[in-house]
Amino acid sequence: MKTGSTPSALSRALDNRNVLGLLFMLPAGILLVVFLTYPLGLGTWLGFTDAKIGRSGQWVGIENFEFLWGDAVTRLALFNTIFYTAVASVIKFALGLWLALLLNKRLPFKAFFRAIVLLPFIVPTALSALAFWWIYDAQFSVISWALTRMGLIHKYIDFLGDPWNARFSTIAANVWRGVPFVAITLLAGLQTISPSYYEAASLDGASSWQQFRYVTLPLLTPIIAVVMTFSVLFTFTDFQLIYVITRGGPLNATHLMATLSFQRAIPGGNLGEGAAIATAMVPFLLAAILISYYGLQRRTWQQGAGDK
Amino acid sequence: MTTAQAAALATDTRGTDYLVSLPRRIVTLYLPLAVFLVVLLFPFYWMAMTAFKPDAELLSRDGNPFWISNPTLAHVKKLLFETQYPEWLWNTLLVSIVSTFISIVCSVLAAYAIERLRYRGSRYVGASIFLAYLVPPSILFIPLATMVYKLDLFDTRLALILTYPTFLIPFCTWLLMGYFKSIPFELEECALIDGASRFQILVKIVLPLAVPGLISAGIFAFTLSWNEFIYALTFVSSSEVKTVPVGVVTELVEGDIYHWGSLMAGALFGSLPVAALYSFFVEYYVSGLTGAVKE
Repeated sequence: MKTGSTPSALSRALDNRNVLGLLFMLPAGILLVVFLTYPLGLGTWLGFTDAKIGRSGQWVGIENFEFLWGDAVTRLALFNTIFYTAVASVIKFALGLWLALLLNKRLPFKAFFRAIVLLPFIVPTALSALAFWWIYDAQFSVISWALTRMGLIHKYIDFLGDPWNARFSTIAANVWRGVPFVAITLLAGLQTISPSYYEAASLDGASSWQQFRYVTLPLLTPIIAVVMTFSVLFTFTDFQLIYVITRGGPLNATHLMATLSFQRAIPGGNLGEGAAIATAMVPFLLAAILISYYGLQRRTWQQGAGDK
Repeated sequence: MTTAQAAALATDTRGTDYLVSLPRRIVTLYLPLAVFLVVLLFPFYWMAMTAFKPDAELLSRDGNPFWISNPTLAHVKKLLFETQYPEWLWNTLLVSIVSTFISIVCSVLAAYAIERLRYRGSRYVGASIFLAYLVPPSILFIPLATMVYKLDLFDTRLALILTYPTFLIPFCTWLLMGYFKSIPFELEECALIDGASRFQILVKIVLPLAVPGLISAGIFAFTLSWNEFIYALTFVSSSEVKTVPVGVVTELVEGDIYHWGSLMAGALFGSLPVAALYSFFVEYYVSGLTGAVKE
């Protein structure tokens, strides 16, 4: 600790440091324990009860989980969630990295471009999802209109009525919202890479692909790991986009675990069952965090952790 | 574009990789960037077009849908005078400002204690704050709903004001810890020698130096609360306490006939305040976003 350098100055404060620290932590601590830690435990407990709205539940063991495991809709929702997360994350990463590389080049009005790129990320998702709902409308979709005029299709596309169309339409909306976040954070990572590496590489005759592969990518890996953890986490627990655009339909084809959990618990009244679905998401989230955490550690070790 | 592509190919064969010519820049930089920008901005353009387009034009497949022949304010008028939209705006503003304020106060104290007081166990508390940030609202809303009900807060703005800090405080604390870390210890030591109390140091020395961090955290917290959806959807059911995102989604969608004009007007005016706030503080916002991820 740096404070050790002048012990005489800080030693007076040392007596009450723990007391003062506790005092300063109190407001945040109380709010977080009451409204975050406690509900986290309560949610897990509810998953093992038969609680309904207006009736506190009895402990039923793993009955909810047994029921959900045999429930075709829940299985479909699990498949949908994994598919949605995997496809959307891969596309978000590819497009986000590409956009970051574009914005990192010499460019007029760079700050302006960077500012407007982030717009989809900062406006309320529920409201931009409404715009997508309208863009995907079966009768008046502007995409269908444009494609018909270009002569590419003859019938309006049923974006949200067909299971696979609906899946890819919602994934597209999710990618639209997520790419700016990935791009802007990766751009920040790119800007920390010293240009002298590229000078050295090009003097050694590295092509632009080699420069990307052997300079950019290794130096960017730690931040990629963090960004993609966040991205996977938010995509896996996504609720708003699906709730607004499809409400899980058609025929539950786009239900994610979060939307299914809401549907069973709030309009359906089965709090226990909803909480069990939500609890079932936790292992997946932990796995995502651990994978990226260890991926990150390996990388810092390879680069020599000393320079951090 | 074919000529540009041909030109780009020509420069390729000349092997001038490091002197990137204009046609090449057009193909590899400006063209993809333009496509990105058009796609990313199109939904907003479409919101605006729909909001001011008369129904006759909206529901016709003829003519050019990308432009408005006879702009109308009918949808906006309906939104403002025939729905409770103004009340939703007021609710959203109130809830966002109050929960942002509470979160910033709590986070400043917590971040200062963790980063500067270094009390026993502060490292672990710092790490658990980060973990708390990773807990998604979609696994908390059911237990929180039962708590809100038991505390008799159901259908009140207070329910939202109390629950929003659960995702605001971890984020703001984490962000502010990074800012506090950059303030030299020597300044605090001088003040301690001069007999200042820890609280005086926080208010008179650390906070003025951390103003950019405070602005970042404030903007971020305000935007996050403005955009919040699942808690507001679950904890509130009367129209007069709803927030804009929930109100527009649940109240303006009636039956099978969608009033696209007023729906899009609602989406547009619900997005504009955060977009405007963001445009004034872009740098703070971006540094907050990237700082929080980089730590």
